[in-house]
Amino acid sequence: MVRLPYVTALTTLFSYGLLFAFGQLRDFFRRILDARKPSNLKGYAPICLGLEDFYTRRLYLRIQDCFGRPIASAPDAWFDVVERYSNDCNKTLHRTTATTKCLNLGSYNYLGFAAADEYCTPRVIESLKKYSASTCSVRVDGGNTKLHTELEELVARFVGKPAAILFGMGYVTNSAIIPALVGKGGLIISDSLNHNSIVNGARGSGATVRVFQHNNPAHLEEVLREQIAGGQPRTHRPWKKIIVIVEGIYSMEGELCKLPGVISVCKKYKAYTYLDEAHSIGAIGKTGRGVCELLGVDPADVDIMMGTFTKSFGSCGGYIAASNEIIQHLKLTCPAHIYATSMSPPAVQQVISAIKVILGEDGTNRGAKKLSQIRENSNFFRLELQKMGFEVLGDNDSPVMPIMLYNPAKIPAFSRECLRQNVAVVTVAFPATPLLLARARICISASHSREDLIKGLEVISKVGDLVGIKYFPVEQEKTTAVDKLKKIQ
Amino acid sequence: MDMALPVVNATAAVFARVSAAFNAPLARAVVFGVHIDGHLVVEGLLIAVIVFQLSRKSYKPPKKPLTEKEIDELCDEWEPEPLCPPIKEGARIDTPMLESAAGPHTIVDGKEVVNFASANYLGLIGNEKIIDSCIGSLEKYGVGSCGPRGFYGTIDVHLDCESKIANFLGTPDSILYSYGISTIFSVIPAFCKKGDIIVADEGVHWAVQNGLHLSRSTVVYFKHNDMASLASTLEKLTRGNKRAEKIRRYIVVESIYQNSGQIAPLDEIVRLKEKYRFRVILEESHSFGVLGKSGRGLAEHYGVPIEKIDIITAGMGNALATDGGFCSGSVRVVDHQRLSSSGYVFSASLPPYLASAAVSAVNYLEENPSVLANLRSNIALLHKKLSDTPGLEISSHVLSPIVFLKLNKSTGSPTTDLDLLETIADKVLKEDSVFIVTSKKSNLDRCKLPLGIRLFVSAGHTESDISRLSSSLKRVSASVLSDY
Repeated sequence: MVRLPYVTALTTLFSYGLLFAFGQLRDFFRRILDARKPSNLKGYAPICLGLEDFYTRRLYLRIQDCFGRPIASAPDAWFDVVERYSNDCNKTLHRTTATTKCLNLGSYNYLGFAAADEYCTPRVIESLKKYSASTCSVRVDGGNTKLHTELEELVARFVGKPAAILFGMGYVTNSAIIPALVGKGGLIISDSLNHNSIVNGARGSGATVRVFQHNNPAHLEEVLREQIAGGQPRTHRPWKKIIVIVEGIYSMEGELCKLPGVISVCKKYKAYTYLDEAHSIGAIGKTGRGVCELLGVDPADVDIMMGTFTKSFGSCGGYIAASNEIIQHLKLTCPAHIYATSMSPPAVQQVISAIKVILGEDGTNRGAKKLSQIRENSNFFRLELQKMGFEVLGDNDSPVMPIMLYNPAKIPAFSRECLRQNVAVVTVAFPATPLLLARARICISASHSREDLIKGLEVISKVGDLVGIKYFPVEQEKTTAVDKLKKIQ
Repeated sequence: MDMALPVVNATAAVFARVSAAFNAPLARAVVFGVHIDGHLVVEGLLIAVIVFQLSRKSYKPPKKPLTEKEIDELCDEWEPEPLCPPIKEGARIDTPMLESAAGPHTIVDGKEVVNFASANYLGLIGNEKIIDSCIGSLEKYGVGSCGPRGFYGTIDVHLDCESKIANFLGTPDSILYSYGISTIFSVIPAFCKKGDIIVADEGVHWAVQNGLHLSRSTVVYFKHNDMASLASTLEKLTRGNKRAEKIRRYIVVESIYQNSGQIAPLDEIVRLKEKYRFRVILEESHSFGVLGKSGRGLAEHYGVPIEKIDIITAGMGNALATDGGFCSGSVRVVDHQRLSSSGYVFSASLPPYLASAAVSAVNYLEENPSVLANLRSNIALLHKKLSDTPGLEISSHVLSPIVFLKLNKSTGSPTTDLDLLETIADKVLKEDSVFIVTSKKSNLDRCKLPLGIRLFVSAGHTESDISRLSSSLKRVSASVLSDY
C-alpha cells in the first residue's frame, strides 16, 4: 500500500496546478497567434479538440526525452542507449549515432533470454531457415506448422492444464478472447488496476463490467453477492455467467495477486476465474510455473490461464491454457485465431527452447540457476532499497519494484540524472498511474550479476539524495550492503 | 359613464364596512392584556393550518432491502451457463499442418503440395537476402524486444523501418505496430471518440469492426463497394446538420476487401470526401506491395496524390512476408498515435528481426519491380483458366491477388454452402495435392457477405502450378456440385 505523506501530497498538487496554469497561459497566447494564420483545414474538425491533448502538449512534451529512448543492442543486462538531442525544447527529438553503455533496469528480461542465448539462438536460426520469417497466413488456413502444435502441447504441460492455444501478440490475446467467452447478458468483474488489454477486451465483449477494489477478496465477495442478487441492470434477469479477471503480478505495483482468497470466493459463488500471468509466468515459483505454484493454488481451480511470452521467454506472443472443450471452442470462434497471421515460426522456436531450458530438458541446470538467481536478485535489491529509505512497493519474490516519486518535477530529474551516471531506469506518470502517484519502476533480471546490482544501488542512492525521494529516512545503525563493501575496501 | 359612478360608490361602501369590521375591537378578545383584532385571528388560524400540513410526513412506499438470508438463497439458486457451449457435431477443428516454409510449394501432412493458401504475394518467403538480414538481427538483438516502445523497447531497426516505409510511400512519417490486426483496431479508437461519425463499408473484416465498436462513435454502414450508397449516406448525414461541422467525420474503407476480393474505387471516394469534408482511413493490408506501378498501393494505382488520404494502415503479414503492421500519414496523425493508441503504448514492440525483414522486403521491391508484373500475369492467367469452372464463379476484381470463388447457386443455408466448399477444398488437397482454403467466419463477425473459396496468388507460382489448380478445381467441383 502506498503511504503518501501529507506534505508531499500538497506539494505535488501545487506542482501540477502550476504546470496546468502555465499550460493554459501558453495555450491562450498560442490561440491569439494562430488566429492570424490561415488554416488549410477549413471545414474539417481538428483531430484533437482543445483540452483533449492538453496533457500531451503542455506536460508530457516537456519531459519527452525520458520516454521512448531508442537502444542499439539487445536489451540485456547492459545495453547501448542511443543519444538524442533537441533544438526546440523537446518538441522534436533527433537521433545521433553516438551510444552510451548503460545498466538496464527497465526491460522485461526476467530470465535473461533477451540476448542471443547459447541453446536457443542456433535452434531459432535453424527454424528461420526452414520455415522463413512468417507464414503469411492465418492459423486456420495455412499458418499451422509443426512448431505451433509442439509449442501448444509444451505450454499446456508447463502450466499444468490439459490444452493450450497460441496467439501472435499478448495484447490481442486478451482483447479477442474475452468477447469469445462472454457476451451480452454476462458479467465481468475485474480488478481495479487491470491492464488496458483486459479493459479493452471487456468493453469489446458487450457484457456488463464491474470493478472490485484492488486485491481485496472481501470486496469481491460483496460485489458478487450484490450482483447475483440484483441480476442484470434494469431487467433484473439472472446473469448468464460471471467471470472474474485478475492478474498474477500487477506491473505498476509489483504486488502478487491474493489468489487463494479470490479462488475460494469464486468457487463459493460459482463464478469463473481468468488469470492473466503476463509478468509472473516463468519468473516466479520454484520451477517458474508462475503465481499458482508460488501461492500453492492448484491450476485446475483456475478456469482460464493466460500468459505472454514477451517477458520471461524473450519472444513475442501469448497463450491461453484451459480445458479441452474451452480450447476447442476458442479454436472455432476466436477472431484472433481465425483472422490474424499466425505467430512467426522463429519466435515459436525461441519459446520452445526457453521452456526446455527452464524445465531442464536441455540437459543442463541453467534453468534452475536462472530461477534462483532472479529470486535472490529481486529480494536483495528490494531489501537494500528499503534500507536506504526509499518507498518501494511490491511483495517479496516479485521482480518488479516501483520506487515512488510523486512530484512531477522529480520524474525527469531522476530519469536524466540516472542516465548521466549510466543507469537506465523507467519512470511512469499519468495516465498509466494515478495523477499523484508517479513512480520509477525497476525490473530485475536473472542476467544481472551482484556487481551490477550494487552499482545500480549506488547510483540510485546518490540520485535519490539529490532529488529528495528518500521519504522514510533510516536510523543510523542500519548500514547498507554498499557501505559494508566500501568499508571492506 | 352613468354606470361607473354607482359601481364606484358601491365598492367604496363595501370597503368602508369591511375595514370597520376589521378594526372593531372585539370586547371579549383580550388575552394576557393584549387586544386581539379580528384579522389576527384569521391569520393565526391560517398559519396554524399551514404548519400542521407541513409537519405531516409525505407518503412514500417503504424501501425493503434484501436481507442477508435472502441474498444467500439467491446466490445458492443461481446456476451459471457453462463457460463454453458444447461443440457442434462435425465441426472442423483440425487444421492441416505445414512441415516446411509456406512458399508456393510446401509440405502439408507429409506430402508435397502446391500452396494457394498463403498471402505470399511477392514470393518473398524463402528469399535469401531477407533470411540473411533476419539472421544478422537475431544474432545482434535476440528474438524479442522485451518492452513497450516507451520503455526501452524502441530499437534502432524500428526507427529505420518506419522511415523506410514513409520514404517508400511518400508520406511524412509512419509508425510501426507489433501485430497485423492490432493496427487497425488501435488506430480507429485513437482518432474516433464518442460523438464522432464514421461511415464504413459493410464488408470490412473483423478487426475493423472491432475498432469501430471500441471507438464508441456513431457508425453508419453503406452497401459493400457501392459508391451511390456511399454518396447518399454522406448526403443524409450532412444535409441540414449544422453540428456536423464541429464533429470529426471519417470514412473507413479497405483497399482490397478480404471478404470479397473487391477493390475500392479510391478516386470516387476522394472526390466524395472532399465534397462532404470527411477524413479517409484506408486499410491497405492486401494492396501494399501489390497494386500500383511500383507497388506503392491503391493511391498509386488510381493516380491519387498520397496527401489526400489522411490515414493509411496496413498489416505487413502479406506482401512483405513478415509480421506486424504500420500506419502512415501526416506528422500530426502519427505523433498523436504515439501516446493515445493502445496497441502501441501498452504492448511490447515488434521483434527486431521482423522489422529488419520488412526493411529488406521493401528494398527488394524497390530494386525488382518486375515481380509485380509476374504477379499480375499469374492473376490474369488464373482468371482465364477458372472462368469456366462448373458451379463456381469468380466474384473478385480482376486485379485482386485474392481470387474469390463463390457458388453459382447458393443452397439456401450458409452452413450447407460452407460444407460443400469445404468438401471441395478437402478433395482438391487429398486427390490432387493442391492446398486451397475456404473463407472462415467467426460467430463474432457481423459481416454478411457470402463465403467462398479464397485463392491467394503469388508471384512465385509458375504456369504449371496454375494449370494444376484449375484442372483439379474443375474436376472436383464438377463431381461435388453435380447434384446441386
